[in-house]
Amino acid sequence: MPDVPESGSEGIIAERISGAVHSDRRHDSAHKHVTGEAVYIDDIREPAGLLHVYLGLSDRPHAKLVSLDLSKVETAPGVVRVITAADVPGVNDVSCMGRHDEPLFADDLIEYAGQPLFAVAAETREQARRAARQAVAVYEDREPVLTLDKARDAAIVVFPPMTLRRGDAEAAIAEAPRRLEGRIAIGGQDHFYLEGQIAMAIPGEDDEVLVHSSTQHPSEVQHIVAHVLHVPANAVSVEVRRMGGAFGGKETQANLFAATAALVAKKTGRAAKLRPDRDDDMVITGKRHDFEVDYRVGFDDDGVIKGVEFLFAARCGFAADLSGPVTDRALFHCDNTYFYEAVTASSLPLKTNTVSNTAFRGFGGPQGMVAAERVIEEVAYAVGKDPLEIRKLNFYGGEGRDLTPYHQTVEDNIAPELVADLEARCDYQVRRAAIREHNAKGGWLRKGIALTPVKFGISFTATQYNQAGALVHVYTDGTVHLNHGGTEMGQGLYVKVAQVVAEEFQIDIEKVRVTATTTGKVPNTSATAASSGADLNGKAAQNAAATIKERLIAFAVENWGVPREQIVFLPNRVRIGNQEIPFGDLVRTAYMARVQLSSTGFYKTPEIHWDRAAGRGKPFYYFSYGAAAAEVTVDTLTGEYRVDRVDILHDVGHSLNPALDRGQVEGGFIQGMGWLTMEELWWDLRGHLRTHAPSTYKIPACGDRPRIFNVDLLENGRNRKDTIYRSKAVGEPPLMLGMSVLHAISDAVASVAGHTVCPRIDPPATPEKVLAAIEALRALKPA
Amino acid sequence: MRDRVRFLLGNETRELAEVDPTLTVLDWLRLDERKTGTKEGCAEGDCGACTVVVGRLDGDVVRYEAVNACIRFVATLDGCQVLTVEHLREPDGALHPVQQAMVDCHGSQCGFCTPGFVMSMFALYQGSDEAPSGSQVDDALAGNLCRCTGYTPIVAAAGRMYELQGPAADRFAGVAERLAALRDGETLRVGAAGRWFLAPATVEAFAELLAEYPNARIVSGATDVGLWVTKFQRVLDVVVYTGRIQGFRDVRDTGDALKISAGATYTDIIGPVGALYPDFGELIRRIGAVQVRNVGTIGGNIANGSPIGDTPPALIAAGATLVLRSSEGRRSMPIEDFFIDYGKQDRRAGEFVESVILPKPAPGTRFRAYKITKRFDQDISAVCACFSVRIDGGVVAEARIAFGGMAATPKRATHAEKALIGESWDEATVRRAMVALSQDFTPLTDWRASAAYRITVAANLLMKLYVETTDPDADTRLVGDRRLVHA
Ligand SMILES: Cc1cc2nc3c(=O)[nH]c(=O)nc-3n(C[C@@H](O)[C@@H](O)[C@H](O)COP(=O)(O)OP(=O)(O)OC[C@H]3O[C@@H](n4cnc5c(N)ncnc54)[C@H](O)[C@@H]3O)c2cc1C
Ligand code: FES
Ligand code: FES
Repeated sequence: MPDVPESGSEGIIAERISGAVHSDRRHDSAHKHVTGEAVYIDDIREPAGLLHVYLGLSDRPHAKLVSLDLSKVETAPGVVRVITAADVPGVNDVSCMGRHDEPLFADDLIEYAGQPLFAVAAETREQARRAARQAVAVYEDREPVLTLDKARDAAIVVFPPMTLRRGDAEAAIAEAPRRLEGRIAIGGQDHFYLEGQIAMAIPGEDDEVLVHSSTQHPSEVQHIVAHVLHVPANAVSVEVRRMGGAFGGKETQANLFAATAALVAKKTGRAAKLRPDRDDDMVITGKRHDFEVDYRVGFDDDGVIKGVEFLFAARCGFAADLSGPVTDRALFHCDNTYFYEAVTASSLPLKTNTVSNTAFRGFGGPQGMVAAERVIEEVAYAVGKDPLEIRKLNFYGGEGRDLTPYHQTVEDNIAPELVADLEARCDYQVRRAAIREHNAKGGWLRKGIALTPVKFGISFTATQYNQAGALVHVYTDGTVHLNHGGTEMGQGLYVKVAQVVAEEFQIDIEKVRVTATTTGKVPNTSATAASSGADLNGKAAQNAAATIKERLIAFAVENWGVPREQIVFLPNRVRIGNQEIPFGDLVRTAYMARVQLSSTGFYKTPEIHWDRAAGRGKPFYYFSYGAAAAEVTVDTLTGEYRVDRVDILHDVGHSLNPALDRGQVEGGFIQGMGWLTMEELWWDLRGHLRTHAPSTYKIPACGDRPRIFNVDLLENGRNRKDTIYRSKAVGEPPLMLGMSVLHAISDAVASVAGHTVCPRIDPPATPEKVLAAIEALRALKPA
Repeated sequence: MRDRVRFLLGNETRELAEVDPTLTVLDWLRLDERKTGTKEGCAEGDCGACTVVVGRLDGDVVRYEAVNACIRFVATLDGCQVLTVEHLREPDGALHPVQQAMVDCHGSQCGFCTPGFVMSMFALYQGSDEAPSGSQVDDALAGNLCRCTGYTPIVAAAGRMYELQGPAADRFAGVAERLAALRDGETLRVGAAGRWFLAPATVEAFAELLAEYPNARIVSGATDVGLWVTKFQRVLDVVVYTGRIQGFRDVRDTGDALKISAGATYTDIIGPVGALYPDFGELIRRIGAVQVRNVGTIGGNIANGSPIGDTPPALIAAGATLVLRSSEGRRSMPIEDFFIDYGKQDRRAGEFVESVILPKPAPGTRFRAYKITKRFDQDISAVCACFSVRIDGGVVAEARIAFGGMAATPKRATHAEKALIGESWDEATVRRAMVALSQDFTPLTDWRASAAYRITVAANLLMKLYVETTDPDADTRLVGDRRLVHA
């Protein structure tokens, strides 16, 4: 430790610290991403003797496992150990909700094709993978439930359904001048994180184990591993430096891989790594829920919605996972930006013999909004108006029009202004007229345009998850060690929270090091999910830093004998009375005086509460808003289409980091567009997923992005709530901007029948679906 | 006979003996060399996370090409230089302009796709001194998936990299000489215990090796074979690689035809084929993405016999002739005769595809190729439709129509052809041919498309052909270069 304080002179002249809040700071790992130096779990140098683990999977969607002969697996080259349910010392369960419905290894009842039956550990991954194919299972098949139709008949729910109700929707619909009803089927989506699931476990002393897990939720992995191993939570450390993408797919889905690796490690005393091949990853792990939504709506001749009823049936797969909260969130967003005078919305989380569906960016919210927008579209065609007019007519706002279906008052509504702003910016009306004119010429390529809004509720609806912790150490050289419960999956959380701490201490961000998220430093964390990462962890880290800063101020008051108003943290220095000293000098002096330079920090979101049984409360602290206008061209001979132009205006409050937020908006939009257009999950009649790799499951490629793409963050945005530096959450909301593309395609298709009939395209709007809609409209129209 | 593989990893020479014949470049880099910058995202050539750049001698210049390390066998690097993301920094640690541009433009979020993008962009940078056009960038990046960014900042970086100061010196100077020194006329044989990687240097040696090892698996670009290894874990004992064979990737103009050697890659043929048949060129542009087109060969596409391979329907429609060769000699056939049934081709033991003869279009011929997929780039055809029609005085004088994705093999639509030939080229005729198509095909339903869609779209494409050949002003294309396709 230096006894002479180093000079902090390089900072003295700076008028602004580097990496302050609201600045376009680059991602903390950018330079390592581009050189290949950023270490993902598979890149960690393996401990000597590490075993590679692979999973053996069921071939049947629903069966009794009569017998499982693993003798050939055991004797396969390189195999060291085979593990089945019988080897689990604790609970054979990896379910996140504690419902005990998700065995680590199926041992009796098989509930989806691809369900893990056993794990094999071998000297090389190649050997483990080969060996896993050698099992001989005897099944006694049962009737599988593979479709939502069948699931409705079977009527088994994985979680108690929920209903939101305000007013008497049935009566309102009956009394409305006009009414209509329909059903929209909404496809699921694979996360397709570029880094697949992976875990590496290193056995420790006694019952200890360290697990490197690519997870959004280290605390949950810790608990699951502890339960599976039958050890206390304090024996398990879970660490994650970064993920190569997650999108909700690593909120609970990492559990199985981590638990298996940990089990092998403890059974063999050797480090163990499990990384499934992409195909197995996609087969084993849950996806965005596909839904079928039934709607009935009553409206007046202008298109004002008088009453609406929704039934959200979701394919949940064989177990609950997060299906309860996911289907709840679909209901919470069945209003999108619209006020319903009377509404009833119910969920139906149905059990199927397919992989258990899970969190995915938006968490059911997108499906809720897609249903809302279909209703708007139907009403628009019924009254013969531009859907945008119907949207505006039904926005929240105006006398007595601010109560959501869950009885929360919308206090921060900016959708009308934001939509008007975008409409003007993108020249919507002029372009729409030009498009109508183009289509009137009757060519084979038709154009379409649509502008759709987004309102997304921010907070976990399970109130207890809205808490976070952080740990900040200040070292005597003036550098800072920052740790918090949030995980880095590419969204730039680490750098945003570092910006907060740099800002708090007024030191350059280069002095702040964010270290890998680990359960040993910050305990009992929530998943980095629900867009909450920066909101929660930013506040917690600010709290920790503020505690230390407060101690430094108190110390300075005492040491220099100046009043506290005369102590000011300036960039990289502190003004104490008439003198300015480098931040590091203050720290060292404080250390000599035995001031504690380390602190935890904590935050819990205020105001929120939720009563699920009553369907009432204030589940969301605030709402994030955005809107997108898309223009497309559709080939009416093939159903193919191209996105010509997209304009986005999105509200991120007073952004912590506009560059990163823009990245979230652009990336979210493309992901949402992919979900609603080309990404199609396809199961065969045997219940096997056949789109289980990028060769068959197509996510948007570079050339699919809009040819013209104007993305703006709302200027002078500011969260009305006291969030971290008045920013707003940005992870999930932009995904739903992708709805504009679906509706633009629909607009183009409708031109085939003179915009008289709602095309009712069920997403994903693959070329096949689009052509089917076109051909259906052509058939209506006498040629 | 040489018994070790020799190539350059960056500027270091590597010599490998006893290498597993199907060890992938990716596994070799990550497991043996412990170079973990190159990532595995799919192990099937579709995501680009594993992209590396391979320099190979073309005459006496080194051509740098992006390839997928996950499905390329390491022994195929013989005589080449392989560069990974770890090689780009300057000796003083400064970032390469490609890397700096990605940082400046916020081109990475989770970063997992980033090394692959960096390498694709590096190949682009090496290949062109000035900033490429937007569609060239899209093409160069079509084989790299990013789930985080939505691509905009990456595309921006591909422009920005040209604005930055280039590397001070050519760190790879002298590579051509070093690679030339590795070149020899020897047959390469590496491996052990009956598992051999054989790489002949001449066509004659190739024929002899096949006679000697009748069960050997021919490997060209491995864009099919690579997946058998990574996905199905197939063990291939003896592999004969065509990539070193002198002249095996030549494309020659013989006056009335192009003679395309079987080892010509998509990248090799896109220019000359596109010049004769613009739409065939456009179809080739839509096969895989750059990484696949740089190694995948026309011979492999034909020999693989897949009903959804894209070049066979085009070759059938154009009336191409296939030339097979073995140590016994040559034989040739109209290419459609090669495809007997699903998984069955007219290729005898010891035979290989030597070349394809693509006739030049007769005057007045209209050639069109359409590829229908869920995604425009790097997607396998649900339907590939190729038409060659000659209209003489308003009457259809000749029609050759072939489809992929509609039957167990790439197949001609003989009923539809009959409905056209001798008839006047008008909408009524076309509608009759559209109906006749359903006699030609009973397609399957799978994850790419339903039978109903396939049959409908196939018929509609006939209409598109009609529109494009009769109304030159009609707008009919969403992607590609319209000037090209309407030429
Ligand atoms: C990501 C990706 C995208 C793709 N997209 C497309 C696409 O859009 N359209 C499409 O048509 N294909 C596509 N393919 C497949 C395509 O690349 C292959 O069919 C390719 O043409 C095969 O050539 P190759 O040189 O790689 O053959 P290899 O994989 O080396 O061999 C393929 C088969 O041909 C045999 N063979 C190879 N050369 C010869 C020869 N000279 N004589 C006899 N037999 C030979 C081999 O033994 C093997 O049976 C794609 C592949 C990938 C990985
Ligand atoms: S790992 Fe995906 S292309 Fe190679
Ligand atoms: S940055 Fe995450 S996949 Fe591209």
